[in-house]
Amino acid sequence: MAAEASKAESLIGARGVSLSRNGRRLLDHVDLDVNAGEIVTLIGPNGAGKTTLVRVLLGLIPPDEGEIITAKGLKIGYLPQRFERDATIPLTVSRFLTLSSSASNGEISQVLNEVGASSLADAQVANLSGGEFQRVALAKTLMGAPSLLVLDEPVQNVDYAGEAELYRLIGEIRARRGCGILLVSHDLHIVLGESDRVICLNGHICCSGVPESVAQHPEYMRLFGPSAAEAYAVYAHDHDHVHGLSGAVSEREHNKARAEGS
Amino acid sequence: MFEGFVLKALLAGVGIAVVAAPLGCFIVWRRMAYFGATIAHSGLLGVAVGLALSIDLTIGVIAVALALSALLLGLQRQRLLPTDTLLGILAHVALAAGLIAASLLSEGRLDLMGYLFGDILAVTDQDLYWIFGGGAVILALTIWIWRPLLAVSMHEELAVAEGIPAGWISAAFMLLLALTVALAMKLVGILLIASLLIIPAATARPFARTPEQMAVIAAVVAALGVVLGLGASLTADTPAGPSIVMALAVLFTLSLFQSFRLASN
Repeated sequence: MAAEASKAESLIGARGVSLSRNGRRLLDHVDLDVNAGEIVTLIGPNGAGKTTLVRVLLGLIPPDEGEIITAKGLKIGYLPQRFERDATIPLTVSRFLTLSSSASNGEISQVLNEVGASSLADAQVANLSGGEFQRVALAKTLMGAPSLLVLDEPVQNVDYAGEAELYRLIGEIRARRGCGILLVSHDLHIVLGESDRVICLNGHICCSGVPESVAQHPEYMRLFGPSAAEAYAVYAHDHDHVHGLSGAVSEREHNKARAEGS
Repeated sequence: MFEGFVLKALLAGVGIAVVAAPLGCFIVWRRMAYFGATIAHSGLLGVAVGLALSIDLTIGVIAVALALSALLLGLQRQRLLPTDTLLGILAHVALAAGLIAASLLSEGRLDLMGYLFGDILAVTDQDLYWIFGGGAVILALTIWIWRPLLAVSMHEELAVAEGIPAGWISAAFMLLLALTVALAMKLVGILLIASLLIIPAATARPFARTPEQMAVIAAVVAALGVVLGLGASLTADTPAGPSIVMALAVLFTLSLFQSFRLASN
């Protein structure tokens, strides 16, 4: 494709990606790029194909049409949606971080430090609260110093305060590491303020833009209704308000339906 | 002093137990207990096929186990019946086919009770070579695929995204399972092999903090069960294979105290 040369800093890109399953068109000519150092937030209603698009980008599903372009030697840290924890596998947090490749103790303590979970190194993964586990899962994506993070609904099973805290961590990680981040969320109302671009997907890409502008977009209004646009809020970075692990990340379950058909 | 046959039985039993235990952990982690039982139940058919074709019986057992695994993968493509139903069908059809095949083979060529319930006290030197040679290979392969197999067991999609060839790793695991069944069949019999895989792993779980600890503890538990079971069998003159399973059951029951203690914390 001709676009390749001009997208020198693109870490991963979809070019005209389409995919159908069981006669349903899940993805329709999707173009998307995540550049180095950029946070791209992908929003859309349930069944919009967000997770499907992530799977195609990661090479887990070949697209029917179009192609995926990745930067040479790209290392991806992936946080899948619905990361089921399973008490049948005994697993300390440290061992969890080294599931797929070995690592030095220094790297383990560093990534745990980055997500504010140093005290959890020896805890059993099955015993973590929802918020603690999402932090640890976020730390796992940092192993091996990836240049792109793909985070599929990283704030699921986390209460409101924990959600804000996770978003703050994600912003910090980008600032510190300069990696590109593709953030998937089905929460239409709350979008990470540090997103460079918000892309609204519903099979096809409805609209995209900076966080503040997306809710004003006619396509967004048409898709989600004016009430969604009114409720739309942007997470601003709030440095004087930090939630520690022991404090705000409590085990209160989210009422919002978190299931997404994929 | 031990008599020769007792020593051989101990060596064979402990050897198999140590090899089977780490694989048993994966059976527990991957919720494949029914699969292990199905592979075991197909063992008799494998022996019959081996005898009928005049090939090595171990190869017959492995071939049938792999054919059954492939059949299962094919059947899973339909969506109306769950996997445990398919396994329930396959396990017993394989056993029934094995029993029929055994009866069709001429008298005396197949020691049916020996294959169904095992005969660990009749272990020969040749069996020992098989167990220790084959067992060493199985153990080495298990260690070799340990990390990717664990990653696949934890989250298959994530493992694939990280570049792990999940299909090959799972196939290798099935192959190791079939090899273990082929080796263990003579000792505890096809009806009881699954217990040798599952009970030690289940017993080890509440004492382990990492997957590796669980595998090692399971191996120790399995070896202990073999020693206690054989001892009880010789003392009380009970059948050896079932006695080993009952010894493992006692160890498992004891481990429940730790499980419930952890649950109440």
